[in-house]
Amino acid sequence: MTPYVLSLGIDLGNMPGRRDTGVMETTAETMTAALLPSPNPVQLIDPTGAEVEQSGTRRDYSMPSAARLRATWHAMVVGRRFDVQATALTKQGRLAVYPSSRGQEACQVGATLSIGSGDWLFPTYRESMALVTRGIDPIEVLSLLRGDSHCGYDPIATKTAAQCTPLSTQLVHAAGAAYGERRRGTDHVALAFIGDGATSEGDFHEALNFAAVFEAPVVFFVQNNKYAISVPLSKQTKAPSLAYKGIGYGVPSEQVDGNDPAAVLAVMDVALEHCRSGKGPFLIEAHTYRMDAHTNADDATRYRSSDEVTAWLERDPIARVEAWLRARGELNDDMVAAANAEAEARAADLRERMNLEPAVDPMSLFDNVFAQRTPQLEEARAMVRAELDAEVGE
Amino acid sequence: MTVTMGGALNTALRDALTADDNVMVFGEDVGTLGGVFRITDGLTEKFGEDRCFDTPLAEAGIVGFAIGMCLTGFRPVVEMQFDAFAYPAFEQITSHVAKMRNRTSGAVGLPMVIRVPYAGGIGGVEHHCDSSEGYYAHTPGLKVVTPSDAADAYSLLREAIDDPDPVIFMEPKALYWSKQDIELPCKRPAFGKAKVRRDGDDVTIVTYGPSVPTALKAAEAAAEEGWSVEVIDLRTIVPFDDETVVQSVRRTGRCVVVAEAQGFAGVSGEVAARVTERCFHSLAAPVARVSGLPTPYPAPMLEQTYLPGVERILDAISRLQWDDQPDLTFAGVGARG
Repeated sequence: MTPYVLSLGIDLGNMPGRRDTGVMETTAETMTAALLPSPNPVQLIDPTGAEVEQSGTRRDYSMPSAARLRATWHAMVVGRRFDVQATALTKQGRLAVYPSSRGQEACQVGATLSIGSGDWLFPTYRESMALVTRGIDPIEVLSLLRGDSHCGYDPIATKTAAQCTPLSTQLVHAAGAAYGERRRGTDHVALAFIGDGATSEGDFHEALNFAAVFEAPVVFFVQNNKYAISVPLSKQTKAPSLAYKGIGYGVPSEQVDGNDPAAVLAVMDVALEHCRSGKGPFLIEAHTYRMDAHTNADDATRYRSSDEVTAWLERDPIARVEAWLRARGELNDDMVAAANAEAEARAADLRERMNLEPAVDPMSLFDNVFAQRTPQLEEARAMVRAELDAEVGE
Repeated sequence: MTVTMGGALNTALRDALTADDNVMVFGEDVGTLGGVFRITDGLTEKFGEDRCFDTPLAEAGIVGFAIGMCLTGFRPVVEMQFDAFAYPAFEQITSHVAKMRNRTSGAVGLPMVIRVPYAGGIGGVEHHCDSSEGYYAHTPGLKVVTPSDAADAYSLLREAIDDPDPVIFMEPKALYWSKQDIELPCKRPAFGKAKVRRDGDDVTIVTYGPSVPTALKAAEAAAEEGWSVEVIDLRTIVPFDDETVVQSVRRTGRCVVVAEAQGFAGVSGEVAARVTERCFHSLAAPVARVSGLPTPYPAPMLEQTYLPGVERILDAISRLQWDDQPDLTFAGVGARG
C-alpha cells in the first residue's frame, strides 16, 4: 500500500495535512474523477422526447446530429421488428430458443452503429438484434438458435465473434483481439457486450484487468437489463452501480440511460475516442430493461410484476427519439410509414426463408474438429458413412 | 552436445520466435524471471517485451487473451505455471479453445500452444503434481502432446507452434533436467506417430511422458527375468497412434499400459480399451494397467508409494498368464457368497 500512495505523492496517514498539500490532493482527485462514472446515468433526451439540460456529468456529451439519430431510429424500428419476428418463429417451433432484446434497442443498435467495419464486435446470445444491425444476414444470425450450426456467419470476414453463451468468457477474447489490433498498429477497437449478471463472473474482472494492463482498446458495454434470468441486480452486487467496477482496474467508466439512443451514441463516442487515442479500455453501464422474459422458455411473471414492466414501456427508446425528431421536423408520417413498411418486408422475408428446412449434412460433423481429420475421426466418420449408406439401402 | 529437456524447450521457443514474428510467449513469470522452471530463460532479453512478456496472474485471462490474439493473426504460446494452476482456465480451454474451429465451421482456427508442466516425482507440495492430461484428451478439438526426451521436446514443441490447431503441450516436469546427446535443431516423427523406445517380443508396454524412463528401467529388469519387453512411447495422446500400438501387441500378444495418472476413467484405460478392441484375438492375457492410485496426489513423503514404479510394472508383467496360468487378481470381484 505504502509505495502506491507515495507514488501519488499523497500521505494518507496524515489526513489533517491534506489541506496544505492542495496540488497533490488535486492530482489524486483528478485521477479518481477520470475513472469514475457520472453520479447519475447520462441522459440527453428524456422519455417524453425533450432535451435534457446537461449538468453534473463527469465528461462533456453532445447531442448527435439529427441525421445520425434518424438512422439510429430507423435501425431500431427494423431491429425491434426482427426481434418480434424471431420470438414468433420460436413459438412456431422454427427456433429452438430465442433470447429477446426487445426494449434494449438503444443499446443493441446505438452501440453497434457507433463502431466501424474494421472494429471487432463480441456479442452474447442476446445480441441477435445487434448482429442484424451490423449487417449480417438475419438467417445467418439465427443459425445458432435454429440449431443448424453453432454460428451461421464468418467471424473473421465480419470481424464479429461467434455469439457467446458461457457468460463473460468472450470479454477476455475481446481484450486479446484489441491488444492484437494495437500490436498491428491499427486504431481498430473491440466492442464487447455483456449483461448485468455476467459482471459477477470471474472472466469479467480478468478481462477488465488484462485490457487495462495491456492498454487494449476495448469498450466493455454492460446492458444492465435488471435481471439475470430471474435474479435481480440487488442480489448480484453491492456496488453503487456496475459502472463503478471500472475504477478498481484503472478503467474509466460511464453510466448511461440505456433507453436513450442519443445518450448511448454520445457516450459511445467518448469511449471510442478514449480507446482510439491509445488510452486503453472503457467501461459503459447502460441502464435498460428486458421487456420480454429471459427466453421463450422462461416465465417472467414468477419474478417481476406487470406494473414494473408497464412502467418501462413509458421509457421506450424508439418513441422518445421519434418524438425528438418529429418536434424538429426531422421525421414525418410518411417516413415512419416507410420505415415500418421496410421493417415489415424484412420480417416477411425472414419468415419466408426460415420456413424452409435448412440443409444439414451429418458428414460435416467430422469437419473442422481439426484442420485435418485424425485417424480416430476417420474411423468414426467411416462408421457414420456406413450407417447412412445402410439407411439409403433400406 | 548434451541438452536437457528444459534446454531443448527453451531452444525450441527461441527458434520459433526467430522463425515467425507472429509467435508470442506469455504467462506468469515467463519474462524477467524466465519462468519458474526457466523454460523461457533469456527470451525477453533477446526478443524484447513485445515477444515474451509477463501477464497478470489469471489463467483464464491468459488463455482467453491468447484466443483474441489468434483472431488478429498471432500465434501465442502460453505457459500455465503448474498442472493444477491451469484449472482456472479450464472453461476457456474446453468451451472455446477446443471448440472454436468447429463452432465457426472452420472460419476461426486457433494456432496456439498451452504449455503445462505436469505430473509429479519432484517432491512438490500439493497442487503442483497433477497428471491432468486426461481432462484435455477427453475434450474433442485439442491435440495433447507429451515428450519424454529432449529431442522430442524440441521437435514436438516446434511442430505444436506451427500447428494450425490448439495444442496442449504437457511437459513432464520430472524430466526437465534429463539429459540427451543431440544436435539442435532436430526433427522427429510428426504428431500421431508413437516411438518404439525398446524392441521386444514377449510384452508391449504402452506409456508416455514421465513414465517412459520408468518403463524402460522395468523392461531392463524384466529382461533379466527372461521377458523381452517392447516399450512404446506414445508422444502424442491426441492424435493417437493405433497403428504402432496394434502392430506391436498383435505380435507380442501381451500388453501393459503404464501411466502416472490415476487409472480410473483415464488415458491408460482408453489405451487398454483400444488395444482390447483391436487385438483381442492376439491377446494371451487381459491388458494390464499400472497407474497412479485412485487417491489425490499425495504429500511428497508418500509419492514413491503413489507413483507406478519398476516393481509394480514387473508384477503386472508376471501376471500376464505365462504358461497359461490364469491371472486371479480380480477373481473375487462379483463373486457371490
